[in-house]
Amino acid sequence: MSAGTLYDKVWELHRVAELPGGSSQLFIGLHLIHEVTSPQAFTALADLGLAVRHPERTVATVDHIVPTTSQQRPFADPLAEAMLASLEANCAQHGITLHGLGSGRQGIVHVIAPELGLTQPGMTVACGDSHTSTHGAFGAIAFGIGTSQVRDVLASQSLAMNKLKVRRIWVEGALQPGVYAKDLVLHVIRSLGVKGGVGYAYEFAGPAIAALAMEERMTLCNMAIEGGARVGYCNPDATTFAYLQGRPYAPTAAAWDRAVAWWSGLASGPDAVFDDEVRFDAATIAPTVTWGITPGQGIGVDETVPTLEQTAAEERPLAEEAYRYMDLLPGTPIAGVPVDVCFIGSCTNGRLSDLRAAAAVARGRQVAPGIKAFVVPGSEQVAAAAEAEGLDAVFRAAGFEWRQPGCSMCLAMNPDRLEGRQISASSSNRNFKGRQGSASGRTLLMSPAMVAAAAIAGHVADVRQLVAPTPSIESSR
Amino acid sequence: MSSLSSNEVSSNGVASKGVAAAAFPAGPVRCLAGRAVAVVGNDIDTDRIIPARFLKCVSFEGLAAGAFADDRSELAGAHPFDRPEHQGATILVVNDNFGCGSSREHAPQALMRWGIRALIGESFAEIFFGNCLALGIPCLTAAPAAVAALQRAIAAQPAALLTLDVEALRLQLDPPAPAPAPAPAAAGVASAPLDLPLQLAAGPHRMLVSGQWDGTSQLVAHDLELRATAARLPYLQAFLA
Repeated sequence: MSAGTLYDKVWELHRVAELPGGSSQLFIGLHLIHEVTSPQAFTALADLGLAVRHPERTVATVDHIVPTTSQQRPFADPLAEAMLASLEANCAQHGITLHGLGSGRQGIVHVIAPELGLTQPGMTVACGDSHTSTHGAFGAIAFGIGTSQVRDVLASQSLAMNKLKVRRIWVEGALQPGVYAKDLVLHVIRSLGVKGGVGYAYEFAGPAIAALAMEERMTLCNMAIEGGARVGYCNPDATTFAYLQGRPYAPTAAAWDRAVAWWSGLASGPDAVFDDEVRFDAATIAPTVTWGITPGQGIGVDETVPTLEQTAAEERPLAEEAYRYMDLLPGTPIAGVPVDVCFIGSCTNGRLSDLRAAAAVARGRQVAPGIKAFVVPGSEQVAAAAEAEGLDAVFRAAGFEWRQPGCSMCLAMNPDRLEGRQISASSSNRNFKGRQGSASGRTLLMSPAMVAAAAIAGHVADVRQLVAPTPSIESSR
Repeated sequence: MSSLSSNEVSSNGVASKGVAAAAFPAGPVRCLAGRAVAVVGNDIDTDRIIPARFLKCVSFEGLAAGAFADDRSELAGAHPFDRPEHQGATILVVNDNFGCGSSREHAPQALMRWGIRALIGESFAEIFFGNCLALGIPCLTAAPAAVAALQRAIAAQPAALLTLDVEALRLQLDPPAPAPAPAPAAAGVASAPLDLPLQLAAGPHRMLVSGQWDGTSQLVAHDLELRATAARLPYLQAFLA
């Protein structure tokens, strides 16, 4: 049983009571809501005749259903309009802050809460969205919940939870140029499997993690859930504090100093006990691309689609299903696989540093003929910052569309989606069958820089050849 | 006997394909009896259980149509959820890591509104398991070989009645009443009764059997404890706590 970890400390601090069923009641420090998983929770709350206990600890935005071409109200899609109208009415009725369209603060919920300074070390964070694990990047315990639990948090600012085990993912070395947190997490999931983390919180630690910027840590923790771990986190450090200082909801003045003192003591100590530990070497990780229908079916860009012989017996049925669905033969090099659509964005990789990395690849190059390529900033703040440094112009000049913020084609609850059997290079988080809006559409997950490289090449390409330490001369076209 | 085995049609129960769904779970979940349907495959994610386009709604009503919508469309009537012999089934038998991916409660809601009242599988993704628990739907596990045998038995005798004793963690499959002349057993499993031990973590087991799976009232009742917790959280006390 774990002891002395950040997870243990934060759990204990937020433990309200033990419940008759055997679970613990856990106080939720920050509750984030959006238009998809909250309407039914508010209805259930009203049915129970309950009020929102801490409206000041719930923050709302709209992200899943917003169009990224025109965000003019009312939306063309009446269902999308009804969902946003419902969120607006619920927030108004209960006194919940809504960072709506045009506020300057709207965006994907897992992008805006960090950038507003809402997410802080030592908090418990819950949201009706599985990628809530993102917020663990700050040393928070953050996890996705269902709508019944959204109702519970609204009603009681708490949840019935069972304590997880803690697995430390220790990463030595340093990521090579052209290799990002996205590649690291795809590598971890490839190694431990999509259900390897069930029952665990993943603590990401070690020199390679300490060297990651906050936005990379967010990418890493964001996809913990794709490895089955509902919670992923990094210990807070000077990088965390530097990111937070000066953000709208971050503490100021004397409170800032007290906060840093408290946050500094939260990290897993040298005597911390973990239920399990797995070690990786960052230096050996290549840009990683998924070839199949789960995020665990990933390979280095210099590898070939695994054959059945190279696949563990229990994973062979899934591999065969993936060969058929993806129309990829075992043994095929993943580099060179043609793509139709290139999507840069999402709660995994829609932040400023992601757009910078992709723009560095796109700058001075051209999207290959016939490729639809588009960039969706993760928030209004990301969009403004990117535009201020001219990234939108870089993308447009290269033939990418520059869109307005939202979840976009990550899950296709809005007009952005694949058509028919189109295959996408996507900086998002899920390559499930049908995920991007077409029942036969196909997704190759990769880093934003790799998506940009695929857009330029027209096929999966090794971005390391485009972002070599010495300035590269020409594209791979 | 729990209310789950009632055949009464609730006011909010949604009929699926003309089959009246039993009342949604309420109170203790101890025992239920019904026919089963098997959906075979590992890592079946919640996008497949209900594709995102069905999430464009402000109510869970009507989600039954979205259950496995794309898989059903692809199989054009051959999906287990469309097969006539499985209409009215209440127990869903699945394989490994079922319900991974998105936290959408729409997934168990869609299954529940189609008629499912319990799941048996090799393993379940955590958020999905919790979402089911919050609806009073037990997700029980059994060893891979046992699940595979159960899925074969369901395929061979879809009309067989299963008795799921949640309290005792056992599943019994009783073959349909024998025909006048004994039919040849298909693949050697058709006529064999099954008696499977099942697993469920102690906490969820207690919650279901005691009827305390719908815990909002318990959480709200701890007003003093909630106040005490808030009072010791540094970030709610200007970091003075």
